[in-house]
Amino acid sequence: MGPQGSDQQRNRTVSESIPPKSTPLTEFNRSLGGRMVPFAGYEMPLQFDGIMAEHNHTRSQASLFDVSHMGQIRVTGTDAAAAMETLVPGEISALGVGRMRYTQFTNPQGGILDDLMVTRFADHLFVVVNAAVKDADIALMRGALGTDNVDVLEDRALMALQGPAAAAALSSLAPAANELSFMEAAAIDVGGIDCLVSRSGYTGEDGYEISAPSVHAASLAEQLLGHPHVAPAGLGARDSLRLEAGLCLYGHDIDETTTPIEAALAWSIGKRRREEGGFPGAETIQQQLRDGAACKRVGFLPEGRAPAREGAAIENQDGQEIGQITSGGFGPTIGAPVAMGYVDAAFAQLDTAVNLVVREKRLPARVTKMPFVAQRYHKS
Amino acid sequence: MSGKKFSQDHEWIEMDGDIGTVGISDYAQEQLGEIVFVELPEVGATVAAKGQFAVVESVKAASEIYAPAGGEVVEVNGALDDAPETINSGAETTGWIARIRVADPGELDALLDDAAYREFVSGLED
Repeated sequence: MGPQGSDQQRNRTVSESIPPKSTPLTEFNRSLGGRMVPFAGYEMPLQFDGIMAEHNHTRSQASLFDVSHMGQIRVTGTDAAAAMETLVPGEISALGVGRMRYTQFTNPQGGILDDLMVTRFADHLFVVVNAAVKDADIALMRGALGTDNVDVLEDRALMALQGPAAAAALSSLAPAANELSFMEAAAIDVGGIDCLVSRSGYTGEDGYEISAPSVHAASLAEQLLGHPHVAPAGLGARDSLRLEAGLCLYGHDIDETTTPIEAALAWSIGKRRREEGGFPGAETIQQQLRDGAACKRVGFLPEGRAPAREGAAIENQDGQEIGQITSGGFGPTIGAPVAMGYVDAAFAQLDTAVNLVVREKRLPARVTKMPFVAQRYHKS
Repeated sequence: MSGKKFSQDHEWIEMDGDIGTVGISDYAQEQLGEIVFVELPEVGATVAAKGQFAVVESVKAASEIYAPAGGEVVEVNGALDDAPETINSGAETTGWIARIRVADPGELDALLDDAAYREFVSGLED
C-alpha cells in the first residue's frame, strides 16, 4: 500500500525539509488523541475520531477546529481601509464597524496572491490570512500601509466553532455571541477570556471564529468542548466540509494564475470597486467582468463512487482536454464524490456533460451548481 | 489468522492450494480511515509481486495496493463495489479484495508471518 498522486508526495517533501511549528493548541490537540500531521509549516490535527464522523458531527451538531496556523493581523492608521483597498478588490472603505468581508490580495495580472477576511473594528482592521503565504501577505501589507501599521498578532490562537449547535454552545459562555449575524464580529468576553468573535467559517454551516490570547486558548477550547454537542475536528473534515460548501482552498482552487472572476468570486467585488478599480490587476479583472473570462471554476458531480481528485483532467465529449480538477473527493453529506475545477468558458454551463480522467478511466460527470450542500448561515 | 502472510506495505495473502486471497491489514484500514471506494482489478489480469493491483480510496486520499505475490486474478470481491466500508469492518476477513492464482509460491517466503507483522506494526506506532 502506498500513497497515490503527486499531492501527497509534494506535501511529504515540504514536511521533511522544515520542522513544523506548534500552535497554542498543539499539545491540547495531542492530548485529545489528534493524529498530528505537518500542514503549512505547522503541526496540526488531521483527525480525532475519523474524518467522516467529524464531518457528520459538524453538519448535525458542532465541531471545534484549531485554525491557529492562520495569520491574524491588526491593521491601523488613519487611512487603513483606503490603503487596504490598493491591495484587494473588496469594498473595505464602506465596511461598517463590526462587519467583515471576504476578499483577495491580487497581483498586477489579476491573479490571487491569497484570500482573506477583513473585519472593521472601531479603531483598526482585523485581517485573517492563510498560513502558507502569510509571510508574503504581511510583507505586502507593510509595503502599502507602513511597517508600524501592520501588527502580526503572534500571541493569539484562532479556533472555529462550526455547526447548527455552535450558537447554543457559544452563547452558553457568551450570550452576546447570539446577537451576531453572519459576517458580523465583536470583542466578546467568552468564559472570562477577552476574545474577538466573528460569525463566519469555512464549512457552510452557522458558526464562529474565535480569536483568543494564546495563554487562554486551551482553557477556552476545554470550556467549548465541555458543551455536550461540541466535539473536536481536524483538517480532514475541514477540507471535506468546505469542498461540499463550494469554498475555495488557496493554493489549490485559487492561486496566482487564477483571477477572482475565473474563480467565480465576482460576488466578492462590490459595485464601486468594479467601476473605480484601483487594485492590482484591475484592468484584467474589469475586462473579464465586461467580456467574461476564458475559463471558469465550476462544480462537478461524478457518476458512480470513484472520487476525482486534484489534477484529474476534464475532457469534453470529443476527448479534448478542457480543464483540470483543483479539489475533489468524497462528500460525506452528499454520500458521493464531489469535485471542482476550471473549464473553458464554453463548457461552464450547468449540466454540461464531461468526462473526468481518473487513472486513465473516463468518469462521466456533469457541471453542477455549488454549493453541493446548502449553506446554512445565520443571516439577519 | 495464523495462515496469513503480510507485506511491509500492509497487504496480506492467505493461501488455499495455489489460490491466494489478498487484502489489506487491519492496521492499514485504521490508518486510512473510512474507505469510500475500491478500484478492483480485472478478473484474468496478470499482476506482478509488488505491482499495483488495486486502489483503495478514503475520504482524504487514494492509496495503491500492491500484490504480495504475482499471478493471475481469478476472483474479485464484488461486494466492495457497493459496500467499500466492508474493508473497515473486516479488513482481514470479509473485506478481502481479490484472489490470485499464485505463479511462484516462493515469493511468499519474503513475507512476514502474523506474529512478525504485528511486531513490525507495533514498531511503527507513535
